[in-house]
Amino acid sequence: MNAFLLASEGGHAAANPSWPLLSFLVLTPVVGALVVAMVSKRRPELAKQAAVLFSLVTGALAIGVVVLFKKHVPGFQLVDDVQWLKNPDISWKLGVDGISLWMVALTGILFPIAMLGAPPHDEEKSFYAWLLVLEAGCLGAFLALDTFLFFVFFEIVLVPMYFLISGWGYGERKYAATKFFLYTMFGSAFMLVGTVALSYLHAKGGPVTFDLQTLANEQGVLAQGTARWLFISFAIAFAVKVPIFPVHTWLPDAHTQAPTAGSVILAGVMLKLGTYGFLRFGLYLFPEASAWAAPVMVTLGVIGIIYGAICATMQKDLKRLVAYSSVAHMGFIVLGIFAITRQALDGSVLQMVNHGVSTGALFLLVGFIYERRHTREIAELKGLQKPAPKMAAVFTLVMLSSIGLPGLNGFVGEFLILIGSFLTVRWWAVVAVVGVILAALYLLWAYQRVFHGEPDEANKSFKDINFTEGLVMAPLLFLIVFMGLFPKPFLERIEPSVIKLVHHVEANSDHREPSVSTRGDEVVPESERRSEADATAEGEHGTGHGDEHGSEEGE
Amino acid sequence: MMLAEVERLATPQVAWSVLLPVLILLGGAVVLMVAGALTPRRTKYPWHAGFTVAVAVGAMVSTVFLWWRVRDDGPISAVADAVVVDGLSLYLGFAILCSVVLAALLTHGYLQRERLEGADAYVLMLLSAAGGLVMAGANDLLVLFLGLEILSIAVYVLAGIHVRRARSGEAALKYFVLGAFSSAFFLYGIAMVYGATGSTNFTKIGAFLATNVLTNNVMLLAGFALLLVGLGFKVAAVPFHAWTPDVYEGSPSPIVAYMASGVKVAGFAGLIRVFTYTFSTYATDWQPMIYALAVATLVVGSLFAVSQTNVKRMLAYSSISHAGFILLGIQAASTQGTRAALFYLATYTFMAAGSFGVVTIVGRTGDNAHDLSAYNGLAKRSPLLAFAFLVFLLGQAGVPFTSGFLAKFGVIGAAVEARSFWLALIAMLTSVISAFVYLRIVLAMYDRDTEVTGPKLRVPLGARAAIIIALVVTIGVGLVPEPLAHVTRTAVALTHPQPAPAAAPIEVSAGS
Repeated sequence: MNAFLLASEGGHAAANPSWPLLSFLVLTPVVGALVVAMVSKRRPELAKQAAVLFSLVTGALAIGVVVLFKKHVPGFQLVDDVQWLKNPDISWKLGVDGISLWMVALTGILFPIAMLGAPPHDEEKSFYAWLLVLEAGCLGAFLALDTFLFFVFFEIVLVPMYFLISGWGYGERKYAATKFFLYTMFGSAFMLVGTVALSYLHAKGGPVTFDLQTLANEQGVLAQGTARWLFISFAIAFAVKVPIFPVHTWLPDAHTQAPTAGSVILAGVMLKLGTYGFLRFGLYLFPEASAWAAPVMVTLGVIGIIYGAICATMQKDLKRLVAYSSVAHMGFIVLGIFAITRQALDGSVLQMVNHGVSTGALFLLVGFIYERRHTREIAELKGLQKPAPKMAAVFTLVMLSSIGLPGLNGFVGEFLILIGSFLTVRWWAVVAVVGVILAALYLLWAYQRVFHGEPDEANKSFKDINFTEGLVMAPLLFLIVFMGLFPKPFLERIEPSVIKLVHHVEANSDHREPSVSTRGDEVVPESERRSEADATAEGEHGTGHGDEHGSEEGE
Repeated sequence: MMLAEVERLATPQVAWSVLLPVLILLGGAVVLMVAGALTPRRTKYPWHAGFTVAVAVGAMVSTVFLWWRVRDDGPISAVADAVVVDGLSLYLGFAILCSVVLAALLTHGYLQRERLEGADAYVLMLLSAAGGLVMAGANDLLVLFLGLEILSIAVYVLAGIHVRRARSGEAALKYFVLGAFSSAFFLYGIAMVYGATGSTNFTKIGAFLATNVLTNNVMLLAGFALLLVGLGFKVAAVPFHAWTPDVYEGSPSPIVAYMASGVKVAGFAGLIRVFTYTFSTYATDWQPMIYALAVATLVVGSLFAVSQTNVKRMLAYSSISHAGFILLGIQAASTQGTRAALFYLATYTFMAAGSFGVVTIVGRTGDNAHDLSAYNGLAKRSPLLAFAFLVFLLGQAGVPFTSGFLAKFGVIGAAVEARSFWLALIAMLTSVISAFVYLRIVLAMYDRDTEVTGPKLRVPLGARAAIIIALVVTIGVGLVPEPLAHVTRTAVALTHPQPAPAAAPIEVSAGS
């Protein structure tokens, strides 16, 4: 326990940078957007250069955050805190921990890639300006330590994405953009009421605060039932964003109609706002309610895995296929989050990064194909391997990473999620494994139809990947291999925060993590090491639980 | 000697200085009317509008001075306690004056375009604003009624100021007939409350209700209901909203800018003064009424907007749903609720005036191009105008970093604090429906497939200034809300405190 406390205090002590790095990180793209918006309309290339420059600077700052991040410290680091409104107390409070760190890094890396890899055909200026606004919004949402501020960023990202889809998308773009906006706003409506209600109920007539840490650490102020209702209000918003099974229908439309850069960011970064939300504003803010809702969430996650995979298999449109594969992958992450074990949470956070990298890369590749052939119909593509062997190789690697081949990044995340969820929700994990097999099915089958065989007339002159495209793909390919072979630098930064989160949930609910941990003993607090009998009892409880629901599912 | 004493009894002491904002407006209106009648209608320089703006700004300055005085010395009651100068009256009076400035700036270009030049519109606007200020400062039901009528009659005429447009006349007639009807309800309500409490003075009513328990309060409750009808009509709360879409559609667009902002603020000034302050001891009785009214207003305002194809009608319904949001703050019946309502009113004034400013320009000569298709490709024709409208629409939808977001946030906070969770949730869900309506307009404006046709839109200088002011305020308050939030806090703090809830009734009176 002491080690745990010390570590957490260390986290607060470390939170004192000499200059507000995180604020710079969020504000750089904003400045960039303003600069781009002011560039003359007749010089579109200048707009692009400025936008890429600003996104690269932001990326560099994000890497800077990773470098400055102290790895064995679980609390929030590099905290910036400026009061925005006095009463109620709302602050511009940013901070990073092991969970948000990689989201920030992912955002910093994916934006320049999306900009370089998928330039628009017209109206460059506003396109890049919106992308930069989007980047600021995403970074802000990942870093916000104030529930109000988080809501602001969570909501503001809708606007640029709406314009990106409706302005530069394909055929049904207006329908898709409106659907996307309204679905997400529908979720946010619940969240705003939840956010406000949480703070006012928490205040109990005293000063109202929106400070995340205060609200999360002062558990027990709210009645159990109230906290559960509030959790539901947040969960609806995140479920729409992730998206979780019954509210996922906006995603295939939005992804398919969005321009390539939009799809990359939507899948790579924006969906993570939902799962990140579950971690930060679900487990952390409402530990008891999260543990209470876990069976439902886990079930929905597994349904998403299977349903997404089946839908993906049936798709005729390559981009729609990748979109549905996102539903499946996000289902894995939700399963991992609500299994609430260390391994599963580690896996979920890592898988959030993995999914961003692999699905981002897949969307880019689909975009490259569309640029050349002006179609995404799988039936119209054939034998691309012959004219474009390099692209086939890149596609293979990315696809295998998405399937979860050992040695590549997807494997590490999915494996950890499956191990972790096997401990608490055994049968769900077993069903989820089927999803991995299905992923292999739909992706390999799609690959086979698109790349194998003899190319027909239309596909004969298909151009191979060019230098710029290769340059854009290179960092993603590097990450796919590096994270697959050597995930340690990632995990050792994620783990302390995850452990802290699990303890936070255990301290405030009946949930107990089965004690089978083999790694990271140096940071495991005393309370974690329970007696053998206790652990067995927990394990049996978990299994019984699983059996019960498993049989229900069987019926 | 005798004579002097009688005189003193007959006329109460009038502290003219505290009535200065109203007097400036009335004086300005009279001067403008006379000068306008003596000079040609078409003038080389836009001095009609300029004079109106100057008068309104003069009234603002005097308001600011009064604000400082009230801040130092506390609320001032004047004219035998029939008028009160306090935080609430000055704050809302200032908001009304802001809407006069914006509307006057918009009106100039409009009148020129429609060949309707003349001082009459401005005179009426100033008179109506004077009525609004009287409403905001009323401390007596009859003075409130007086203000309401001064405000309304001028606006009825304003609605029909476009003499060559049949719709304008229709709107004026509709507004007048229904408005007169609602005034009758209001008067009847005054009579009821007077019957129940024995006074029309807010201070006395409040004190009476705080210290007495009525054995039979039917008359009082009926009075509440009737007053609510009268004021609900002015703020366009459902089910008293039926006039709104027709009148908004038919009236000249810059006048609608004034109606949606200034008139609404005045109506809410009355609601806040009467219900939140005077009848605070009976909050448990009127809160359910407002609750039901708010739900109906939110739902009808957002749902009916969806099926509209006319942008003016869309905005009319959206202004109804905004009234529903402000009712949330009143329903809370708390300091926080009043603050939130004040914040909302100020921000909505600018968003509404700005929106209708854009509508004025896009409407073109004849003020008829209000179909959604008229907005197709607006971003290509006039990018800045489209951007301004975008900000106003997103602000009304409640998107962060606009003032509208914080306004919504405030009233939701107040509702939640008052434990009206369902009301807050309904409000947010209906705001999603409203967002769909705004998005339709945005989609049309930013539609890149439409060919740009027709002549270029001319944005007159005055309208440009008005839109820029509204834009700056909408974004500025969205980014730096603390100053306005501080002012609303002060305004509530500088208002006569609400009588304490009837915890310990002293006498029991037989009521009626």
